[in-house]
Amino acid sequence: MSVVTIERKVLEKNDDVARRNREMFAQHRIFVINLVSSPGSGKTSLLERTLEYLRTSVRVAVVEGDVQTDFDAQRIAKLDVPVVQIVTNGGCHLEAKLVQDSLSAFDLEKIDLLVIENVGNLVCPANYDLGEAMKVVLVSTTEGDDKPLKYPGMFHNASVMIVNKIDLVPYVNSNPETIKRNALQINPALTIFETSCSTNKGIPEWCEWLKQQTKKSGA
Amino acid sequence: MHEVSVAENIVEIITQHVDRNSLNRVRSVAVTAGTFSGIVPDSLEFAYQAITDSTELAKSFLVIGQIPFVIRCRECSTESAGEEGIMQCPQCGSADTTVVSGKELLIKEIELDDIITEPV
Repeated sequence: MSVVTIERKVLEKNDDVARRNREMFAQHRIFVINLVSSPGSGKTSLLERTLEYLRTSVRVAVVEGDVQTDFDAQRIAKLDVPVVQIVTNGGCHLEAKLVQDSLSAFDLEKIDLLVIENVGNLVCPANYDLGEAMKVVLVSTTEGDDKPLKYPGMFHNASVMIVNKIDLVPYVNSNPETIKRNALQINPALTIFETSCSTNKGIPEWCEWLKQQTKKSGA
Repeated sequence: MHEVSVAENIVEIITQHVDRNSLNRVRSVAVTAGTFSGIVPDSLEFAYQAITDSTELAKSFLVIGQIPFVIRCRECSTESAGEEGIMQCPQCGSADTTVVSGKELLIKEIELDDIITEPV
């Protein structure tokens, strides 16, 4: 019997590509967010409201990740924003290589902010760095206030949490303060926003913050 | 179920360390997974068996060692193994803590059999 000692990170290949993506984003001064949530929290709706707000002041592009269909890319394309759809064909998360391959569709010199909308899944995307500046996790009031405690990995790795569908609070027995308290137990450094894509509540605050971050990164 | 993708990465690393002609000598692969790494050991073992079936690695198996989730408090310097992901110090309640362990996902070593046993 012989033993080969290895001591390597299992996901180092993904981490390597993510590092290269990050270098390329820095070189082109692009601020990149990785938008994650469970299916149906409102990622695409939030993105639509965000694009409507920002498109006159920030040059935004979007990478859409879905298990199947290009429905989301069609929604984004209606807003006249450059968009690429990645269909994972059953894959439960985006990997850095998929993002790298999608970048050839863009003129990187003409982008200030790239939003990567990940596959709707609160588990798997937490482990895959795509080269983003930060993960933004969306949680909606209809999902249950204990989501951050049930899926701590994602909230641990995110920099921002957006509590969406805030207009539905009176109907769904949700308390946003409980969601926030639970999330802060997992990640005390989270920046938190509350939004409604129906009433537009909180959208300007989130968008102004995002604009500031994009500017700060040199875009 | 990203364990399939993780298992594929493990196979790729094995092939980088073991000569192609010796792959059927791989007996076991030691993997370290933190309890906060997002990996379910049973699922990873299942995924590894599924993707190595009918390959040179078919007889090999994973030995997954788990590392507990431990945080260290910057206020009171206590190290505590608490519930996965909870960053509040159970001793003093401070949120100013860092993760000591529990997020690892490493391939440690590969054990090779000396004698090649041909399938009957």
